[in-house]
Amino acid sequence: MNQVNSFEVDNLVIDFALDNAIFNRKYMRAVNGVSFHIKAGEALAIVGESGSGKSTCARAMARMYEPNAGAICLDKKDINDKHEHLSQEELAKQVQMIFQDPFGALNPVHTIRHHLYRPISIHMPHLKGEAIEDYMLEVLERVGLSPAQQTASKYPHELSGGQRQRVAIARAVSTGAKFILADEPISMLDVSIRLGILNLMTDMKSDGIGFLYITHDIATARYFAERTGVMYVGHLVEWGDSDSVTQHPQHPYTQLLISAVPEVGRKRSAEPRDYSKNQIPLWTPDSKGCPFALRCPKVEAKCHSEMPGISQISDDHFVRCFAYKSE
Amino acid sequence: MNQPLLSITNLCVDYVTDTGNARAVNDVSLDIYPGETVGLSGESGCGKSTLAFAIANLHSAPALITSGNINFEGQDVLSFSKEQLRQFRWSKASMVFQSAMNALNPVITIGEQLIDVVLAHESCSLKQAIKRGEENLQLVGIHASRMQSYPHQLSGGMRQRVVIAIALILRPKLIIMDEPTTALDVVVERDIMDQLYHLKKEFGFAILFISHDLALMGEITDRVGIMYAGKIVELGQTDKVMTSPQHPYTKGLLRSFPTIFGPKKRLEGISGHPLNLLEVPQGCYFQARCDLCETICKNTMPQLRTLSADNHRFVACHKVEGE
Repeated sequence: MNQVNSFEVDNLVIDFALDNAIFNRKYMRAVNGVSFHIKAGEALAIVGESGSGKSTCARAMARMYEPNAGAICLDKKDINDKHEHLSQEELAKQVQMIFQDPFGALNPVHTIRHHLYRPISIHMPHLKGEAIEDYMLEVLERVGLSPAQQTASKYPHELSGGQRQRVAIARAVSTGAKFILADEPISMLDVSIRLGILNLMTDMKSDGIGFLYITHDIATARYFAERTGVMYVGHLVEWGDSDSVTQHPQHPYTQLLISAVPEVGRKRSAEPRDYSKNQIPLWTPDSKGCPFALRCPKVEAKCHSEMPGISQISDDHFVRCFAYKSE
Repeated sequence: MNQPLLSITNLCVDYVTDTGNARAVNDVSLDIYPGETVGLSGESGCGKSTLAFAIANLHSAPALITSGNINFEGQDVLSFSKEQLRQFRWSKASMVFQSAMNALNPVITIGEQLIDVVLAHESCSLKQAIKRGEENLQLVGIHASRMQSYPHQLSGGMRQRVVIAIALILRPKLIIMDEPTTALDVVVERDIMDQLYHLKKEFGFAILFISHDLALMGEITDRVGIMYAGKIVELGQTDKVMTSPQHPYTKGLLRSFPTIFGPKKRLEGISGHPLNLLEVPQGCYFQARCDLCETICKNTMPQLRTLSADNHRFVACHKVEGE
């Protein structure tokens, strides 16, 4: 399975235990019935507020969590299938993660060379000795860390935040991974550095790498990703082509998110909103209805009892909301 | 124009390290007028938070205020005695820090933390203090029954509102806000900013707003200063700075943010890395990252000059037409 082209998540459900009770253990449902797919050479952005389950999805895709229901398929093969038994090594060769904190992601007592040497020697067994070094320098050059020879001998504390995040990206691509799960890769970086990292990832897309880009910044989602999905309390509420989702949002939550993005010269609303309506529900396996019903301006009676089905708005734009009526 | 509320002149703050002094705030002058919202922006390490700390004279070693003056209503903040400082902090100028999560004491209730401020500064009964605490919580949209809650029982947005309530409770004339919404998501950020706007209209305090989010800055501030490597490189009315930036660094910063509505095109941002303050070059600090860099930029440090087209606009760049 060298040429993987799709990474699919189908009806993913993940529960977390809230206590350690032996009987009647209580659970929260962090991810509920989420489906999406990433294609090679394409980026999918998942946008949502803290606690909406976006990182949980990414971690499940890297097999850090086992799903309670649903399937995660690399080229139609379920990565959790007991019979197929995909080893961690095989999975890691295809799927790599980049984390938010470039300071915590690298081991401070090892050089950059050490960080890259290990994944390369494990995942590229045909490379030996000098060839590993050459390949490593090539990867470092590719992520813009030149002179590579010098960078390789440095320790993480000698690099800036942006350079460290580039090392993290170099480590992810050095295995030849086809899919990179990037969990808020730029939110801890300096503003002047962020764009460089986004542009680097954009260039990697043209090399055929697919990205899952997790963010709460909807403007960079539109900038970097071809497709965007919006999550709210474990549910994917709207997804599709990034331009379509951001320019013509249909779900009331997406509309709220976009109206909240600061913009130069925008005028304040006359009256502050009613903050008592800002309740975010704790979703449990027994919860019913649409999670946004408590805050939704267009709420109807049935919103509290059933989750809306999927409505297709255009070729690549879907929404789960009763308020959307197709003309 | 009337007298400035706060006037900072030629302030320098150094961090003393083993390998030399790093000048985090370098010859900064800034006036804040009553009721005005002034923004300070720039990337991490440009000295904006250091400047904010200096205003309340909060610096302790290894940070050292080496020169300059800070005047608050005509009084020199840097020459205050301990007792004068204690009275000045919070009743005249209060602060809202970046991480509300850490600004509140986790083992006492938020009610106690609100009352504590009142009792420390004013002579009033406990009953009155509690009443004022409750009123102020309601001002920021939190129910008075929450006085009994501990910080961990509140969401991030609510905690940040509590911190704002504590900052407001003595009705200071200036509130310094150091990245107040950075840790929050956009919807909560919007709510807090809306609320702040209404509180400001009601009480008329001035705000020094520190953030790296230029879009947010453009929305709420009257004037904005852009800092790079400890120096203010551009200062002016917010709408004008945003629509016609003059300094190459301001231009680069504004280019670094993808917009949500505008055309979608590849942005280039600013090349290179932030300056290491221990190895400052001769001449302009921005020279290594600047496209317009010439010989003069490498030799002489540009001074803040008034722009010929706009006398409220100051730019420190050799390549910009000044008076």
